[in-house]
Amino acid sequence: MTTVAKVTGGGEGTDSPYALSHLDALESEAVHIFREVAGEFENPVILFSGGKDSIVMLHLALKAFAPAAVPFSLLHVDTGHNFPEVLEYRDRVVAAHGLRLHVASVQEYIDRGVLRERPDGTRNPLQTLPLTEKIQSERFDAVFGGGRRDEEKARAKERVFSLRDEFSQWDPRRQRPELWNLYNGRHAPGEHVRVFPLSNWTELDVWQYIAREGIDLPEIYFAHEREVFSRSGMWLTAGEWGGPKDTEPVQTRLVRYRTVGDMSCTGAVDSDATTLEAVITEIAASRLTERGATRADDKLSEAAMEDRKREGYF
Amino acid sequence: MSTITTEALSATTLLRFATAGSVDDGKSTLVGRLLHDSKSVLVDQLEAVERASASRGQEAPDLALLTDGLRAEREQGITIDVAYRYFATPRRRFILADTPGHVQYTRNMVTGASTAELTVVLVDARNGVVEQTRRHAAIAALLRVPHVVLAVNKMDLVGYEERVFAAIAEEFTAYATELGVPEVTAIPISALAGDNVVDASARMDWYGGPTVLEHLETVPVSHDLAHCHARLPVQYVIRPQTAELPDYRGYAGQIAAGTFRVGEEVTVLPSGRTSTIAGIDLLGEPVDVAWTTQSVTVLLADDVDVSRGDLIVPSKDAPATTQDVEATVCHVADQPLTVGHRVLLKHGTRTVKAIVKDIPSRLTLADLSLHPHPGTLAANDIGRVKIRTAEPLPADSYADSRRTGSFILIDPGDGTTLSAGMVGESFAAPEPVTDGDDDGWDF
Repeated sequence: MTTVAKVTGGGEGTDSPYALSHLDALESEAVHIFREVAGEFENPVILFSGGKDSIVMLHLALKAFAPAAVPFSLLHVDTGHNFPEVLEYRDRVVAAHGLRLHVASVQEYIDRGVLRERPDGTRNPLQTLPLTEKIQSERFDAVFGGGRRDEEKARAKERVFSLRDEFSQWDPRRQRPELWNLYNGRHAPGEHVRVFPLSNWTELDVWQYIAREGIDLPEIYFAHEREVFSRSGMWLTAGEWGGPKDTEPVQTRLVRYRTVGDMSCTGAVDSDATTLEAVITEIAASRLTERGATRADDKLSEAAMEDRKREGYF
Repeated sequence: MSTITTEALSATTLLRFATAGSVDDGKSTLVGRLLHDSKSVLVDQLEAVERASASRGQEAPDLALLTDGLRAEREQGITIDVAYRYFATPRRRFILADTPGHVQYTRNMVTGASTAELTVVLVDARNGVVEQTRRHAAIAALLRVPHVVLAVNKMDLVGYEERVFAAIAEEFTAYATELGVPEVTAIPISALAGDNVVDASARMDWYGGPTVLEHLETVPVSHDLAHCHARLPVQYVIRPQTAELPDYRGYAGQIAAGTFRVGEEVTVLPSGRTSTIAGIDLLGEPVDVAWTTQSVTVLLADDVDVSRGDLIVPSKDAPATTQDVEATVCHVADQPLTVGHRVLLKHGTRTVKAIVKDIPSRLTLADLSLHPHPGTLAANDIGRVKIRTAEPLPADSYADSRRTGSFILIDPGDGTTLSAGMVGESFAAPEPVTDGDDDGWDF
């Protein structure tokens, strides 16, 4: 039970008892966004990669509609190069909460000859077509993504409700201004809206929230011994997906992941952080952004993310 | 690396603020310095900026590149849109809406100010209060941003003289107060030299107030809620319909203003039905009292008809409902707003059909002059409108409640967000000056 002392109206350096903590404010905002979508859309879906941001999204959705079930299904874009620990986590969560899971498979598109493997083996850019076609075939009208504005400068320009045309394309010059907390979800048939409930969260906020709420994560987020090799200044996991080449020696290192994506382009960082507390301390002291440290796909060009977003990427 | 202590890991409050000013006023330098001096620019971001600056032949890293996220912006050296920046100190977390100084200026500043609790208005100490400064003050007043900081920049170029600062501060404060800005804090700074941005200046010992960052860290982020009208727009009805909870009906929403308590008599608008709050669920935790901006689920004692779009209010403090809304709007779309326009109006969680009955006047921000009966409002125009809605709306005056006194207009055809609306009078003390001359409008 909450009891509130007399309201003092703040004052120099002291916030009133009615001021929310930053995590409470961000949580309340995200819950508000989930509920707006539930109220205004017919067929929303949560993009669920098994990464920490999508895990936090699902946690917020569970809280937003409790004690009822989450009124959305999940969609996983399976690159075919997933970390086994993450797939195992995904299936466990889906079963635990009685959720419905859709899978869009990059491998299936490659097997059918619709998509072709890139010379560098990176499959992240290949996710766009299976994602877009799944959105069309299942008639999803709202698609939740875990993107945060602090991740990358093209994402810093993204709206909370982001309109996409029937080809899932993003046009940053035609975005709707977002005023107060009045989101505009109007869209034509065939169009859909990408919704980003974590827009205003930073990486540190996500980790602090995971710690506060006691949210279970895949083990690869914590320091563990792993066979890795160095490519483009990152530690990549050795595996069937195509690495390493002969010139890339494999070694065993103590590492953890800051982001979870396709194995071919998600790098591990050297770390001895085996607990949430240690991870948070490490991030608070880090002088690199998480994408800068661990994502090869964003290093392709200065506008790599913007280009992929325009084409319909998350 | 050791600048971040364990304090940075503990819970703090959140301040949303906006900056206003042109490149010439040193806005990018101020923002860059706040981010840089608070250690919020990370090494790979700074390296990317240094690379990009060097490839264009610039000697020093151009910190504006940190926020110019789109290819077109970098190529053209302009900022198209509001950019959001995030930084933290051990005392507080900040969300900064950085609005561009030229393209779609009014629209972007209104967007940034709509969620801001504080606006930093920059002026060049050599130029003092200019037309653009008055526009910034007017938008802050119009959007009812509770705290305004006047940052008198480039004090190094006026010999750090107190009388220069004092004269500008006095002129601006008088103007802003007249518009109804509740609080102005004037700070003499040099963003370039770092005076009074993060660290106190040794060259202006005559100034005894806080630095910009100190002020951002200590300004109160919530108001005296006891005197606010409590409002809960219902977003969604939670009905598990399970064997354990066959009859559970919870009304989910984010409290827009004030506080609600268990046992309180409430009225559901627009129906006017009454009940008592039987329980409040704060995301899994039962509580006796909840307040803005918490997201909650409210249980009522009686089985009344409540659905999305309804507004739950204390019975002793219910707003009047009306189908005739008088408001000030900022037009944000490229297509104009005209008399007779059929629109959708979204207020809280309710979207209703509406028609623009009249546009009595358009406002020139720089001198607050009114242009009567303009017939249409174009992009970035601010004007008074009269709107007839198809259903009654429980709207508050924007002066009383920023959340339940605001609305947006939407084009029913293509879904475009047309205008941002604020119910009631625009300013605390409007001094209508009739001015038939249209030439002052130069956005």
